[in-house]
Amino acid sequence: MSTVPSKIFPDGSPDVPLLEIQGISCNYGLERAVYDLSLTVNKGEQVCLLGPSGCGKTTVLRAVAGFQPLLSGRISINGQPVSQPGEILSPEKRRVGMVFQDHALFPHLSVEQNVGSGLRTLSAAERRATVSEILERVGLMRVAQRFPHELSGGQQQRVALARALAPRPLLLLMDEPFSSLDLDLRERLGQEVADMLKANAITSILVTHDQNDAFAMGDKIGVMAEGRLLQWDTAYNLYHEPGNRFVADFIGNGIFLPAKVETPRVVKSEFGEFIGDRDIVMPPGSQVEVLIRPDDVVLDVDSSIRGQVVRKAFKGAEILYTLRFESGTIMLALFPSHANFAVGDNVGVRLEVDHLVTFEQASPGGEFVE
Amino acid sequence: MANALTITGTKGFRFGLGFPQNSWTLASLCVAALVALPVAAVIWTALKPSGDIWSHLIATSLPGYIGTTLWLMLGVGTSVLLTGVTAAWLVTMCRFPGRRVFEWLLLLPLAFPAYVIAYAYTDLLEYSGAVQVFLRMMFEWQTPQDYWFPEVRSLGGAVTLMGVVLYPYVYLLARAAFFEQSVNVLEVTQVLGHGPWRAFFRVSLPAARPAIAIGVALALMETLNDFGTVDFFAVQTMTTALFDVWQGMGSLAGGAQIAATMLAFVVLLISIERFSRRQQKVYQNVSSRFRELPSYRLKGLSSLLAFTACLLPILMGFVIPLIVLIRLAVIYFHESWTADFRSYALNSLVLSATAAGIALLVALLIAYSQRLAGGRVIGIAARIASLGYAVPGAVLGVGVLIPFAYFDNSLDALMREMFGISTGLLLSGTLAAVIFAYVVRFLAVALGQVESSLAKVSPSLDMAARTLGYRASETLLRYHVPLIRGGMLTAVIIVFVDCMKELPATLILRPFNFETLATHVYWFASDEMLGEAALGSLAIVLVGLLPVVLLSTMTARARSIRLSSGSLT
Repeated sequence: MSTVPSKIFPDGSPDVPLLEIQGISCNYGLERAVYDLSLTVNKGEQVCLLGPSGCGKTTVLRAVAGFQPLLSGRISINGQPVSQPGEILSPEKRRVGMVFQDHALFPHLSVEQNVGSGLRTLSAAERRATVSEILERVGLMRVAQRFPHELSGGQQQRVALARALAPRPLLLLMDEPFSSLDLDLRERLGQEVADMLKANAITSILVTHDQNDAFAMGDKIGVMAEGRLLQWDTAYNLYHEPGNRFVADFIGNGIFLPAKVETPRVVKSEFGEFIGDRDIVMPPGSQVEVLIRPDDVVLDVDSSIRGQVVRKAFKGAEILYTLRFESGTIMLALFPSHANFAVGDNVGVRLEVDHLVTFEQASPGGEFVE
Repeated sequence: MANALTITGTKGFRFGLGFPQNSWTLASLCVAALVALPVAAVIWTALKPSGDIWSHLIATSLPGYIGTTLWLMLGVGTSVLLTGVTAAWLVTMCRFPGRRVFEWLLLLPLAFPAYVIAYAYTDLLEYSGAVQVFLRMMFEWQTPQDYWFPEVRSLGGAVTLMGVVLYPYVYLLARAAFFEQSVNVLEVTQVLGHGPWRAFFRVSLPAARPAIAIGVALALMETLNDFGTVDFFAVQTMTTALFDVWQGMGSLAGGAQIAATMLAFVVLLISIERFSRRQQKVYQNVSSRFRELPSYRLKGLSSLLAFTACLLPILMGFVIPLIVLIRLAVIYFHESWTADFRSYALNSLVLSATAAGIALLVALLIAYSQRLAGGRVIGIAARIASLGYAVPGAVLGVGVLIPFAYFDNSLDALMREMFGISTGLLLSGTLAAVIFAYVVRFLAVALGQVESSLAKVSPSLDMAARTLGYRASETLLRYHVPLIRGGMLTAVIIVFVDCMKELPATLILRPFNFETLATHVYWFASDEMLGEAALGSLAIVLVGLLPVVLLSTMTARARSIRLSSGSLT
């Protein structure tokens, strides 16, 4: 096979599909959990399925691992079909690794034995070598002889990761792997794991309800709701160019500001005109809503647009203010921390909407009442 | 590698909704069908026309049998209800001297099979027994005409003695229910100024009602199962009738018809149990606060009354009969400790251990396929497989006899027709029949234990093992079995002990001249040789103590875990 050098995947082309999910539907219990979902993960890519609990993301993961039969569609790994309705290749034959929220370490085995449990085809000597190599890599050599209950949550999750990676799986599946850890550790370990997967070009799917986990890990992120894949995109685009209202709402903060389409590229709101970089789908004259992110609202003491601070939330380097304008419109604004206003203060702002995202009005006319 | 990833044809076809594993599901369904066979056979045979015996029975003795059975169940039900609930409430809600010890001492009567306690009390209370001899000495009575003394071998005696060994079913469940009642609710009752009596009748009792009903239903299933006591006391219940018809009149069909009638009782009891279990979910507490329940400190007379109320069932159900048995066993030791006795004990041991082992394997099979496949079909199979606990041993005996005899006769006829050789009886009257009956009857216990232990193992552990390259069976052996060892051991011990005590099915199914400890004790008692029966009875009781000890340590552990997790919050 000829290899195309690439900075993402040094040994091959980033465009070689490893996992192909084509139009799958599944039930969870007796209820439909996934509807007609398709996506492709290329070799060496780290992707993420993001969505609220019960959206079907874990079911997709189970289907990829081979624990979940399909009602329709097909899943292929490395070009070979592994799941289709009525037919399913057993999980133990798929060469996928899995990491779970509860770590799922074997409590009666030591760290070393846990990590070695996927290596039984190797000789004892080879197994020892592989286990120490991987324990070294995740920084667990010191605790190799200990048992899971003697480890901290973070260490347990590292062991789980080492165990899943030891047999060199084609694909690593992670189900909310950081959710049981506390916030600080969670961010640190998340970043560490992301770096490690990237450095070793390990193809992986992370399932999470936490957008910070997703942003840290995913080259691509799929947002799921009610069993459907709503958008499959980069973190940047999900935030700045959400494809629909749910994604806009679920990712980041923001408000929907009522406006009217003037020309295909210009809308007009109570705060003036916004100009987009592409045509708006809705015809001129129709009422729309513009997504305003807190970072679109810029502090401008001289501005004539003035709002009153009704709430403030300290975020460290920044403060998230909730502003109320004369018309009654509520807006979120993110200002650097040194601009410290009190609740009740009057603040001048300017709107810098670089990415004009418009949606059809949720309830026509409804939001002008007040 | 590409080969390994090729799809495996129809091999992955499945019934369930979770893991696609057809062979496990299929095996479980077969086992469930086998377990259901005896009950199906009884019903099928009973529905076939079978000559005059049935109409004769209905016209003559059957109504009497049913009436006596109902009286027995009513009496035992009332007795276990009063004893069990009182004891449970006293030890969970009140503080008085000895409470903590009573908590587990009250379980001891479980070690006594009803027929053994019947033998012990008969020895103690009959005309030549220690009590009457003592009374005659005290008051210088000469003949039975000089005084009145209750006849122990009567319906009343059976009710009393069964009540005294079966109340722990109610006690155990009621105690757990009282214990799990939300602390908040009880505290509110106290704040509202309700005294202990009103708190009991207005709050505790209604909330514990489902658990109590389950306990009574289980005790009544045991009552219906009993043969040794009613036979010895000559109380004409349906079980004794079944034996009369089958052995006395030699009619298997008649036996099956009585067995089918008994099944109607069983269905009623199971319905009560199942209904109550559903109710129980409604009452389960929402509060996660587990700490010492608010308690009523008893003083003076009330403390003495509580002490007596707890002591009495233990004395009657354990201490007194145990002393009687020990005394008899010592006196008759040389007559009892014979080579025959040792071989019967060995028979019991081997038979019970085999049945317990098989029950464990079957339970593992069913519980694990349920875990693998989930879904409705296998759930129903598991339900069917655990129905045996409610089917009386005598009914089960007849139910096993019918299909086994049918199989033997058909095979014999076939072989004679084709090869001119008679195969005789291959299955009927063999140990296989006895073991089969034991497994059917006690599978539920093993299944319950294995299921609850497996449920504590996170499903992600299965997924981890599978993705690491282990097949379903390897996952079970390598990762589940080590983790559920404790539950498996408990299952084996409980089934083993139940098999040791089992009498009616063994009597019906055992091979000619083959005796277990239970049948040996039964034959001696039938011949009014209670002294010779004592050593065997004592052995059965001592073995029976094993699960009681297990049970008390288990409940103690559950309690301390709850208390410690409560103190963390």
